[in-house]
Amino acid sequence: MSILSVRDLSIHIKAARPVDGISFDIAAGECYALLGESGCGKSMTALGVMRLLPAAAQVAGGAVEFEGGDLLALPESGMRDIRGGGIGMIFQEPATSLNPVLTVGRQIIEALELHTALRGAAARARAAELLDQVGIPDPIRRLEEFPFQLSGGLRQRVMIACALAGAPRLLIADEPTTALDVTIQAQVLDLLDELRRKQGMALLLITHDLGVVARMADRVGVMYAGQLVEEAPRAQFFAKPAHPYSVRLFTALPDAERRGGRLATIPGSVPAADVRHPGCRFVERCSEVMAECRTAPPPWRDVDAGQAGGQRVRCFLAGRAPAVAAGVGAGDTAAAVESAPLLEVADLQVHFPIRRGILQRAVGAVRAVDGMSLRLMPGRTLALVGESGCGKTTAGKAMLQLLRPTAGSVRLDGVELTTRSAGELRPLRAKMQMVFQDPFASLNPRLRIGDIIAEGMQALRVDAGGTAKIGPLLEQVGLRADMATRYPHEFSGGQRQRIAIARALAVSPQLLICDEPTSALDVSVQAQILNLLSDLQRDLKLAYLFITHNIAVVDYLAHDVAVMYLGRVVERGTAEEVLRSPRHPYTKALLAAVPRVDGARSEVPKLAGDMPSPANPPSGCHFHPRCPLADDACRRAYPAATRVGATHAVRCFKA
Amino acid sequence: MSFQPVVLWSDALLFVLIAVIVALTLWARRQEALRAAWARVLKDGVAMAAATVLAVFVLIGLLDSLHYRARLPDQPGTTARYAVEVNSALDALLSDLRLRAEKTYSAPLATHLYSKEALADSTQREFPRLKFGGAHLGQDLSNHEFDIAIRVSRGCAGGLVIWLLLVWILVRTLGLELRGRFPFVVSLSNHGRGSKRPFDKLRANGGSDTAQGAASGAIFITLLPILLLFGIAISLGGGYHVFGTDKVGQDVLYLSLKSIRTGLLIGTLTTLVMLPVAVLLGILAGYVGGWVDDVIQYLYTTLSSIPGVLLIAAAVLMMQVIIDTHPQWFATSAERADARLLALCLILGMTSWTGVARLLRGETLKLRELEFVQAAQAFGVGRLAIMRRHILPNLMHIVLIALVMDFSGLVLAEAVLSYVGVGVDPTTISFGTMINTARMELAREPMVWWSLLAAFSFMFALVLAANLFADAVRDAFDPRSS
Repeated sequence: MSILSVRDLSIHIKAARPVDGISFDIAAGECYALLGESGCGKSMTALGVMRLLPAAAQVAGGAVEFEGGDLLALPESGMRDIRGGGIGMIFQEPATSLNPVLTVGRQIIEALELHTALRGAAARARAAELLDQVGIPDPIRRLEEFPFQLSGGLRQRVMIACALAGAPRLLIADEPTTALDVTIQAQVLDLLDELRRKQGMALLLITHDLGVVARMADRVGVMYAGQLVEEAPRAQFFAKPAHPYSVRLFTALPDAERRGGRLATIPGSVPAADVRHPGCRFVERCSEVMAECRTAPPPWRDVDAGQAGGQRVRCFLAGRAPAVAAGVGAGDTAAAVESAPLLEVADLQVHFPIRRGILQRAVGAVRAVDGMSLRLMPGRTLALVGESGCGKTTAGKAMLQLLRPTAGSVRLDGVELTTRSAGELRPLRAKMQMVFQDPFASLNPRLRIGDIIAEGMQALRVDAGGTAKIGPLLEQVGLRADMATRYPHEFSGGQRQRIAIARALAVSPQLLICDEPTSALDVSVQAQILNLLSDLQRDLKLAYLFITHNIAVVDYLAHDVAVMYLGRVVERGTAEEVLRSPRHPYTKALLAAVPRVDGARSEVPKLAGDMPSPANPPSGCHFHPRCPLADDACRRAYPAATRVGATHAVRCFKA
Repeated sequence: MSFQPVVLWSDALLFVLIAVIVALTLWARRQEALRAAWARVLKDGVAMAAATVLAVFVLIGLLDSLHYRARLPDQPGTTARYAVEVNSALDALLSDLRLRAEKTYSAPLATHLYSKEALADSTQREFPRLKFGGAHLGQDLSNHEFDIAIRVSRGCAGGLVIWLLLVWILVRTLGLELRGRFPFVVSLSNHGRGSKRPFDKLRANGGSDTAQGAASGAIFITLLPILLLFGIAISLGGGYHVFGTDKVGQDVLYLSLKSIRTGLLIGTLTTLVMLPVAVLLGILAGYVGGWVDDVIQYLYTTLSSIPGVLLIAAAVLMMQVIIDTHPQWFATSAERADARLLALCLILGMTSWTGVARLLRGETLKLRELEFVQAAQAFGVGRLAIMRRHILPNLMHIVLIALVMDFSGLVLAEAVLSYVGVGVDPTTISFGTMINTARMELAREPMVWWSLLAAFSFMFALVLAANLFADAVRDAFDPRSS
C-alpha cells in the first residue's frame, strides 16, 4: 500500500523540462531515496509533489496521489492542509529555513496551531516535547531562543521539529545534511531514521551522497536528466548497480583503494533541461552506447525477472553492462623523501578581536587559529581535515598572508613570510597559490577567461611567454585554447574549477593551497578534478595543502594528514597512520561519522553536541566536553604533542 | 554671420555628457553582458514607449541648448554688434510664441484678456481683445469654436500624415521586418488612433522576434499621440495661446517648453557631479575599510542628518552673494542665470551622493569577500587595480540603476527648491518657478489655473517616462530577475 504515488509527473519551465515523466511509489514507513547529481530534477520533483513550484514552472502532466487523493486536483486551501499536516518538508540550508526574528517556540507553535487543535499552554508543552523528541537538550529554555543562538545542527533539528508538528505521514527531506558537518550529519541522519521507525513515517530523501543513501534508504531511485533511470532496493543497488550511470557514480567515488590511480570519470556533464532526447538520455556520456540507444528511449526492464519489487532499469542492456574497471591505485607515488620542508608553519595564531562599546575596545578574541604547526615537503600532499569552524580556511589564508597572522611563523622554502611587507611578499607569491571552494564566486564574471588567467602573470610580472602561455595552460587543465575569449558564465562548475586551477598554475607555483576545491562539485566532476590534481602533481612536482572535510578525498589523495579541532592540530601523521590507526578520540569519531557506501556501521560512539565557539574555548583540552574518555587532567591543561611514531603525533593524554 | 554662437557652461557640459553617453553606448555594444541586458530593455514595450517620450523631451532640451546672440542691424561706421539677449534654437523656432506677448493673463484659447480694463473709447470696464490670440477672427467671434475645431482636426490630420510618413521611412530604412510590420501598420491605420488591438495581437503571439516587434510597435504607438499633440499645438498655436498667458502676457506653452531644458539639466548634471563622488567614496569605504571607512561613514551620516533643504538653501544663498558681488564675471544675464543653475546642480550633487555611496559601500563589502577578489589578492594585485578591475565592473549595474532612478527625483527636487525660493535664478524659466508663481495665481479671484496645469502635465510626463524607463532598466540589470 503506497502512501505517495507519483505517475508520469512532468514539470516544464518554458521550453525546459527539468522533470520529464517520473513515476515512483513510496510505501508507508518506507525511506525512498532520490539520488542524482545537481540539475537532475530531484528538488523540482519534491516541489512539484508539494505544489510549491516557482512561478515560472508548471506541472505539464501526470498525477500525484497522496493517501489515495489526487494532490494536483486539490484547491490551494486543501493543499495547505496537506502541507505540514500530511507531508512535511525540510530543506537543505538550516540557516535560511527558519525565520530569524521569531523565537524557535513561536515557529513550532505556529505549525502546531495550523495542524492540530492544541492552543496556549498545551501547544507549548507539545512544542517542548517535539524539541525533546528531536534530541535538543533543555527544550523549555530553547523555546525562547532565536535561530541565531543555535548552531547549524540544532537549527536543522528545530526544522525537523517544525515539520513533525503536524504529524505528517510523509517527510520530504531535500538534502537535509548537505550543509552540515559529518559528525552533525551523523546525528541528524540517526534522528531521522529513529523518527521514521518510531512513528512509521515515510521518508522521501533527496540526496547526491551515496553514503547517505546506503545509511538510510530502503529503496533507491536514480535520477538522470529529469527521469528515473534505475530503481532498486538498497541492498541490490549497492551490490550490483545496473544502469551504466549508477555504475559510474560508484567508480567515481574516491577512496583508499584507488590511491595513486585514476578515478573513473563520466565525460561531459548532465544535458541541459531544454534538450530533447530521441533516445536514451545518458547516450552522450555512456561507454556502452549501441545504435538503438540513439533512436528510441529504453523501456523499463527488470534486472532479475521473477522477483517482485526488484531492481529495474531503463537501459537496453538491463544490467548486463560490463563492469567498469575502477582504477586500482598503485599506492603512494611520491616517496617520503627527507628534504627541507617547502612550507613550515610554527605556532601560527590568527585572532580576530571582538570589539565592544563606543571606544571599540577589544574585549576578547575569536581564536580562529590558535597555535598550529605543520610541515609540508615538496611534491607531497598534506590534507588539513576538520569540521567547519575549526579554522582550516583561516589557517590557509594566513599561510598565504591574505590574512595577517597574530603570531607564529610561516616559512616558505626557508623564507619567513609573516614579517614581510606587502611589497616584499609580491615576488614570493608566485611560489604559492590558492584554489578556492566555490568555482562560481572565484572567477570575476566581467572578465574573459584569458584575462583572468593573465592577471596573476601581469601582477607578478612572470610573463614568460606572456599571453602565448594561456592556450597551453588551458590545455594542460583539460580545456581548449580557444576558450580564452569566453566569459565565466559559459562554463559549468567543473570547467570553472579547471580555469581556477589554470589561473593558479599560470605563475608556476610550487605550493597550491586547495580550499575544499571539490565540495561544490558533483561526484563525477569531483573525480575529474581530483584526477587533474594528481596528474599535475606528478608532472609539475607540486605540493598541495588540501583543506577539506571530505575524508574519502583525503584517503584517495593525501600523503600526510593533519586533523584540526578548534584552531589546533590534534593529530598528524601519514594518511595510513591517521586514517587506519587513529589515536585521538576526535579523529576516531570523525572517521566513524562518515557514512560509508558499503553501509557498514562503525562501533565508535557518535559525537554528541557541537564544536564550541572559538571565542570562548573550553578550558584544558578543547575537546573534553565532547570526549568520551575525558577526565580531570583533560579539563585542566591542554595536552602536549605525543609522538606515537616517526611521523605520527597526537595531542591527547589518552593516546 | 547673422548671429554669434554662444556656448554657456551648462551647454558645454550637456554636450560633453551626450558625447560620453554615445561613447559608452559604443563601448557597451562590445560588452556581451551589457549588450544582453540592454537587449532586454530594447525588447520591453513599456520601456521603449517611455524612452520615446524621454527622447522627445531630450530633443527639445537639446534644441534649447544651442544658444546664440542675434546680430543687430548694421549701422554705418561701426563693427558688427550683437544683441544682449541670448536666444536658443528653440527660441528661434518658437519666435511666434515668444514674441506675441499679451498684456497680462488670458485663458487658454481665449480671445479676450482675463481681467477687465478701462477701454480707451469707453467709460465701461470691459475685457479687452487680445493683441494676438484670435486676432485673425476679426470682429466676428461667432465662429471662434468652429475655428478651434477646424484647427484641431487640421492638426490631427497633419500629425497623422507625419506619423505615417515616419513609420514608412523607419520601416524602409531600418530594414525592420516587413512581414511582421505591414499587417500591423495597415490594421492600425484602419482602426484609427488609440487602438491598442494590433499591439496586443503582436504581443500575444509570443516569441523573441515578436517581442522585438512589440517593442518597436510600442515606439510607433507612442509616437502617434505625441505627433497628434504636436500637430494640434502647432495648428492652434498659430492663432491662439494654447495654454493661455501668464501675468506679464507670456505664452505658457512657450514657458513650459523652455522649462524642459532646466529640468533635464538639473537631472543629468547633478548626477554627473554626484556619481564620481558616490562611486569613489562608496568603493573606498567598502574595500579599504578601517579608518577610511569610519571617516566616510561619519561624513555621509552627518551630511544626511542635516535637513537637505536647509543645507541647499544655505549654499545657494552663499552662491547668490558671490554671483551678485562679481557682476564683471558675466557678459550677459543669461550667463549669470546659467552660473546659478550650475551652482545649484553642484550643490544638489554634493548633498545627494550619500544614498548611492551607502548602497555601493554595502555591495563592495559583499564583493570584497568573494573569492575572485581574494584570488587577486593572492597574486599581489594592488588595491587600486582590484577596485578598478574587480569591484567597479561588478557594481556598474547598481550605478546605472541609481542613476536613472535619481533623475526623476532631481527634476522634482528642482521644482520644490524653486518653489521654496532657493532654486534657479528667477529669470530662468523652470517648472519650479512656474509652480512658484502659480501659488499666487491660485489665490487670485477668479483663479488662474493654467500655468499650474501646464507645468504639472509636462513634469508628470517627463517624470513618469523617466520612472518607467528606470524600472525597466532595473529589471533588466537585476541579476535576480534574469
